[in-house]
Amino acid sequence: MTTVSDPQSVAALVAEANDNRVNLDFETEGMTLNMGPQHPATHGTLRIIARLDGEQVISAEPMCGYMHRGYEKLTEVRTYPQINALINRIDWLGSFANEVPFILAAEKLMDVEAPPRAQWIRTILFEMSRVANISLFLGDFGLQLGGMTAGFYAFRDREWVLNQIESATGGRFHPNFDRIGGLKDDLPKGWIEESHTAMDKLLAFCDEMEDLLVGNEIFQGRTRGIGVIPAEIALSYGLSGANLRASGVDWDLRRDNCPPGLVYDKADWKVWTHPDGDCFARTWVRLQETREAAKIVKQLLDTIPSGPVMAKVPRIIKVPAGEAYVATENPLGEMGYYVVSKGDLVPFRVKIRSASFNNISVLPWVARGAYVPDLISILGSLYFILGDIDR
Amino acid sequence: MSQLSSADTETPEEAAPATDDAREAVLAEFTSRLGDGVVGSHIRVGDDLWIRVDRAHWLEAAEVAKSMGYRFFDFLSAIDWLPSPFGRDMDAQEDLVVAGTPAKEPEAMVQGYAGGDTRFQLLARLYSISAGMGITFKCDLPDDDLSAPTWSNVFAGANWHEREAREMFGFSFDGHPNMINMYLPADFVGNPLRKDFPLLARRVRPWPGIVDVEPMPGVADEEGEGE
Repeated sequence: MTTVSDPQSVAALVAEANDNRVNLDFETEGMTLNMGPQHPATHGTLRIIARLDGEQVISAEPMCGYMHRGYEKLTEVRTYPQINALINRIDWLGSFANEVPFILAAEKLMDVEAPPRAQWIRTILFEMSRVANISLFLGDFGLQLGGMTAGFYAFRDREWVLNQIESATGGRFHPNFDRIGGLKDDLPKGWIEESHTAMDKLLAFCDEMEDLLVGNEIFQGRTRGIGVIPAEIALSYGLSGANLRASGVDWDLRRDNCPPGLVYDKADWKVWTHPDGDCFARTWVRLQETREAAKIVKQLLDTIPSGPVMAKVPRIIKVPAGEAYVATENPLGEMGYYVVSKGDLVPFRVKIRSASFNNISVLPWVARGAYVPDLISILGSLYFILGDIDR
Repeated sequence: MSQLSSADTETPEEAAPATDDAREAVLAEFTSRLGDGVVGSHIRVGDDLWIRVDRAHWLEAAEVAKSMGYRFFDFLSAIDWLPSPFGRDMDAQEDLVVAGTPAKEPEAMVQGYAGGDTRFQLLARLYSISAGMGITFKCDLPDDDLSAPTWSNVFAGANWHEREAREMFGFSFDGHPNMINMYLPADFVGNPLRKDFPLLARRVRPWPGIVDVEPMPGVADEEGEGE
């Protein structure tokens, strides 16, 4: 923690911020506060340099790159099946959801379509990773705001869904289960019934969280009216997922622009939005989304068609020349891959559009004028996975 | 569907001609408003629209698209179209020089959809929530002046994406408010996503995928078929 003793530099920062949310009436000492790289609210190693005027944040600048792994460069020397194992590590809480848009982009270029059974199982596992991802958010966000119980409950109940993912794919965190043209394997015996049970438990978990956390007065006091993001700002920064829907924009790629290969239209579900755009709205939308995801899984489990899980594709995958962008609604927001192929075993260039990178880029804007404890609420409610920012 | 797809797929086909019309209309409107700034375009029916604009019109393109309802900023990046001088299989140009064998004929530089004349192209994507369509923009950058006007005043999210593009490709964005490194250390030398930047891990160890390329013993006759 260093002190900016020069009052002129504080005045310059305030003037630069040029925002009526910053209160200039108090004569306080300016200070630079360094949060992270190791901080419980950062889900990894994000560092935030906050310039304070008393208790108020004048500017907060995230410093990324502590976990940059250079995936865009690595994709240029790896075959498509190898990349599949790599991109599991982008958003490590909802790994299966990372694989799907890349596989769909490759399938689009190859003009291959997975058999219906594979499409169904893909969608189910996709939504299961959403449940696994967001249920941890609910617990962890409670933890950050001082509600320890929510964190323990989330880790307990999340295990149900992780067990299902593990028994179907063999990997708790990194399934690497999706293949160009289908899936690696069919479902194990008895999996459908077990998944129904697991989803029932998760639905009960959502009810519990609604009472325990979202309905909690202290929680609401820490989140209501804090970190408001208007819809126009959210769109201009490219916020997606629950962060955008919490600002009142009714847009969900699963419903509005679902790429072929996923069967969201076969289930009856709802896209939730919230008009407020504050930290509470973002949490509330995510809670509803977890419920909807569990409902989608339960409906699709009952209607899985029979048949093969793999289309006929060549043993050695060469993707024809072309360019394709496929994006899906991942737990964190829109995740897309812009794949440029030159007809080779490896892609020529892959641009990974990850949700958290855009979602967290709004932080300098939204943190301005907030108080230091609210910074934790804002950071937590924007919900990012560091691997999804740094790639 | 081609012969590669499974026999029993029964996904309802989209109304392909209708969506095509929609994208043609968007392209026509965009072209009429940007004038001669549009230098190339490509439409994949029912899927996507690519527009390549002149560098002088790069900023205007963002403004025009925003006023047409393309208000959601997806991403901004770049493509280096130079065929990589470093191969995966240790028989690339660089390796031949080391081994003393005569150099191969270098591959020609082939740009993708909507064409291109230069090695570096900016790549950006905007999305219209009301229309449910996206536009992928491209822009040629001449080698001797890798700069473009910043989009960050039109789309605030472009700020970070331009910082990333600058350090990864070595571009500069005129008028950018905060041009510091996104990921790389401040003293890092080089632009990692350029094709002529070697991935040292791959130079030290040969590409492991090379064994997959040779047909496995006994399966050579059924190569190209699924399992």
